[in-house]
Amino acid sequence: MSGVSSTIRPERGMATGALARLGQVAVLPVGVALRLLDPPMRWMQRMIGARRMAYVFLLPNFVFFGLFVFLPIGINVVFSVTGGTALFPSQRPYVGGDQFAYLFDCGSYLDPSSCREDHFWRGVANTAKFVVFQVTAMVLLSLVTALVLNMKIRGRGFFRAVYFFPVLLSPVVVALIWKWILQRDGLLNAAITTLGGQKILFFVDPGWAMFWAVFVSVWAHMGFYTLILLAGLQAIPADLYEAAEMDATPRWRVLLRITLPLLWPNMIVVIVLALIKGAQTFDEVFVLTGGGPGTATLMVVQYIYETAFSSQVQNFGLAAAASVVLGVVLFVLTLLQFAAARRKEV
Amino acid sequence: MATMRLSSMLGQRRNGPGRPLHWTDIAAYVYLALGVVLMFGPVLWLVLSSFKTQSALLEFPPSLLPFAQVEVTVSGQPQKLPLFRAKLPDGTVRELAQVRRIGLIAQMVDPADPSQQFRVAIDKREPVRRVALATENYSEPLQRFAFLRFLYNSVFVTVIATLITLLINSMAAYGLAVYQFPGKQAATLAVIGTLMIPVTIILVPVYLVVTELGLTNSLWAVILPGAATPTGVFLLRQYMLTLPKDLIEAARMDKASEWQIYWRIVMPLTLPALAVLAIFSIMWRWNEFLWPLAVLTKTEVYTLQIALNAFQGELQTQWHYLLAMTVVTLIPVALVFVFLQRFITTGIGSTGMK
Repeated sequence: MSGVSSTIRPERGMATGALARLGQVAVLPVGVALRLLDPPMRWMQRMIGARRMAYVFLLPNFVFFGLFVFLPIGINVVFSVTGGTALFPSQRPYVGGDQFAYLFDCGSYLDPSSCREDHFWRGVANTAKFVVFQVTAMVLLSLVTALVLNMKIRGRGFFRAVYFFPVLLSPVVVALIWKWILQRDGLLNAAITTLGGQKILFFVDPGWAMFWAVFVSVWAHMGFYTLILLAGLQAIPADLYEAAEMDATPRWRVLLRITLPLLWPNMIVVIVLALIKGAQTFDEVFVLTGGGPGTATLMVVQYIYETAFSSQVQNFGLAAAASVVLGVVLFVLTLLQFAAARRKEV
Repeated sequence: MATMRLSSMLGQRRNGPGRPLHWTDIAAYVYLALGVVLMFGPVLWLVLSSFKTQSALLEFPPSLLPFAQVEVTVSGQPQKLPLFRAKLPDGTVRELAQVRRIGLIAQMVDPADPSQQFRVAIDKREPVRRVALATENYSEPLQRFAFLRFLYNSVFVTVIATLITLLINSMAAYGLAVYQFPGKQAATLAVIGTLMIPVTIILVPVYLVVTELGLTNSLWAVILPGAATPTGVFLLRQYMLTLPKDLIEAARMDKASEWQIYWRIVMPLTLPALAVLAIFSIMWRWNEFLWPLAVLTKTEVYTLQIALNAFQGELQTQWHYLLAMTVVTLIPVALVFVFLQRFITTGIGSTGMK
């Protein structure tokens, strides 16, 4: 027994030790509950046999999946083809593709103001703009950071932690931290006036608002992508670098000929993941700018949220139709991700 | 020549013998130093600002540390008086307490000797300020808003949701890892499928389900929909697959029930993976925003994140409370970070480098 457990307990980071012990104490009541469940489970096992107990173990999780994921996907489709303001599908009249027709009713798709549902198209345009800038900045910055963190430098552990830190912060906290810095009398404007400039009202100017939405989002999530790329960098065999050193290959050549080509599969994963996350951007930007000024930073998810929950008339059908459109886009991106992952394996 | 020697010396220290310091090394350190300022600076600024008084927060340009004007008790005066450094007509500078201000003239006394009175033009005096922490920013919201309520809601959601997640995810993982049964393939595929459905695209129908279950404006509406995480099932299943099958067979020989094998043998051995999932779940739940925002409309069920968002609309002039509450919201995350820090550095380090 002890021999077995020692093979199972290789160092898995911080999980062993003090934290695990803390967890044991915290789940003590759960332990009692699990013990109490033994008699009914034993009875169940006698009734259906040991093999079919698998279904019993799967059941709770799949009830949750069914109620809160699978069923909603179906309902979403129903919502998107029915109209009215009622929440319950049976009270909603069937309207066919009207919701989609309404969403896509545009004079020109390049000009949101020519659309009947102009907020949706502004959301689409803003999200597209946001994603292009954010993903570009994210990939470049996390690549540079991962390369730097992979060098033989002092305090590497500390620096890795520094870049990862904001990933853990909640979007509300992230947005408020930056709102405080960027406000009219904030730290940044103090720096600008000290250097002889004029105060800038960052959230009144559409261009600045979008810039800071991208900046804050990159600031918050860069650490996550850096971590993926760092893992990729460390998987590159060291003997390649040793051979390059033997030949006195200059560093830039090592970077272009060894590091970047071998890192490329990880880069694709990072790009696609960032695209999927970027298309769903909501919380940080919503708290930071509220979608404004005007609709300058209104994203698709904010449009869905506001159409369904916070507008005067709760238009669930239109929100569901917009969700379906977003879902299709995300599905395509996910297929891309799988294709990228498969290429990585080959 | 001297710089050459210096750089090769530095290089020796860092990279082992014989490797000089490359310019990219210097660039790397500059980049990292900049990163520390940019990543930690804003959080540090938030914490420093949260200890400033309301009037200190309105100052422009802002001071780095939280300063507050010193107030002194002077015998014969009912209230504490603000302390100033006043320049008297004879050219001396003394620290005086201001009794009252009439127009452009301030009436001041020497705190040590209240019988000595002075009349000082207000532009000839400067407030005496010391570093002082405005802890009332933290204590007052406790009484003025239902701050403890929001804190309790957040803790309740985080703890209960994490326990439910650990239980049902580990059960499902155990089922998928240990048994062979018809439909196993389909069940695994279904888990992968859920992995691809973000809450953003099923917002409206999940709201309908929650309403049908009669859960609107209850904390259970936040807890239940995200309780079964596909990530958790995968994480635990992968870990359980590495456990030796003999162990389970031996337990069956000893007439242990399947349920006993699950919680007496497999669960304790899966503890490292459970701890990782617990940390993930705590982070997800504590930070969750879009779903609670949609489903919680009554103030008494707000979680901290929702309350903060609501306050930043209402309290825009009361940044001192808002900043303090933001810091409180950040504390559990900071604690998790202290644990995770070792994981990030050692966890990755051990995959390839060592």
